[in-house]
Amino acid sequence: MSGTVLWAAVLAGSLGCYLLKLAGLSVPAAWVEQPWVARVVDFVPAALLAALVAVQAATSGHDLVLDGRLVGLAVAAVALALRAPFIVVLLLAGAAGALVHVIAG
Amino acid sequence: MTSPERTATLRDAIGLGLAVGLYGAAFGAAADAAGLNTWQAVTLSALMFTGASQFALVGVLGAGGSALAAVGSALLLGTRNTVYGVRLVPLLQPRGFRRLGTAHWVIDETTAMSLAAPDRALSRLAFLATGATIYLTWNLMTAVGVLGAAALGGTARAALDAVVPAAFLALLWPRLRAAFPEAAVQRRVAVGGVVVALALTPFVPAGVQVIAAVVAVALAGRPRAAERPTASEEMA
Repeated sequence: MSGTVLWAAVLAGSLGCYLLKLAGLSVPAAWVEQPWVARVVDFVPAALLAALVAVQAATSGHDLVLDGRLVGLAVAAVALALRAPFIVVLLLAGAAGALVHVIAG
Repeated sequence: MTSPERTATLRDAIGLGLAVGLYGAAFGAAADAAGLNTWQAVTLSALMFTGASQFALVGVLGAGGSALAAVGSALLLGTRNTVYGVRLVPLLQPRGFRRLGTAHWVIDETTAMSLAAPDRALSRLAFLATGATIYLTWNLMTAVGVLGAAALGGTARAALDAVVPAAFLALLWPRLRAAFPEAAVQRRVAVGGVVVALALTPFVPAGVQVIAAVVAVALAGRPRAAERPTASEEMA
């Protein structure tokens, strides 16, 4: 992807996110406090973040792949379940990914 | 100015801000892994300044997605901040020009700290202290992360590749905990998001499967019969 397109995504995304923030401080509360808006805001993050976890951990282009990333993710899940601090979770996941890379060559 | 409540508010706000700001290093590394350059990563943290949207944007680009899909997923996650703003207006009462500046710092953490403060003056203090601390450390650590990641190679690269999905999981995790409102529905939606994204991956342009995962909200985001009084609409 060209640098220009990346910059366009960076700037358009930033402007859009800022306007979403500003809208909350500017529009009448009744516009936003609708039941369907509440459902979207409560649950869209879970769907998107879960999809991103899956895509980042188990896909490459159009293929489903199993490599060190998925092993690192499993380690991270165990660490999170044990309430490990964020930085520990990431270090363990990284160590697991590196280990698989070394073993698998 | 030296009341114990002010001190406690400042301490909590700065403590949270420093802890969250460190996360910026993970973002910087993810941005580098996705093919963004240093300036693009730093610009995102300075101008977008809302973590989940930033991660989503670089996550979709990193998966080979189009700019449109990347911006779309960032905006979908950014709608949270609109609702936060509505809740903050009575506390912060931002007027005129100040509203433009206040808006930039409306994120998960500033909202949580502001709403938790015992009165309105402390709400404003919590908002400003949390916002300032996170803004400074988040941007600084983004630069550290992107420059550090750019210097990596081989095995360290493989480690970074494993850190990125783990960082997304860490963002998602609090929503799945039992203490989170409607955690059972959150979990169903999350599982639905994974299934939809993986099922579509072979067939749709990269990144589209992430946005398509929002249909999981429609599929799984409604309370089950046991979780509400009547089940008749469940079949609708």
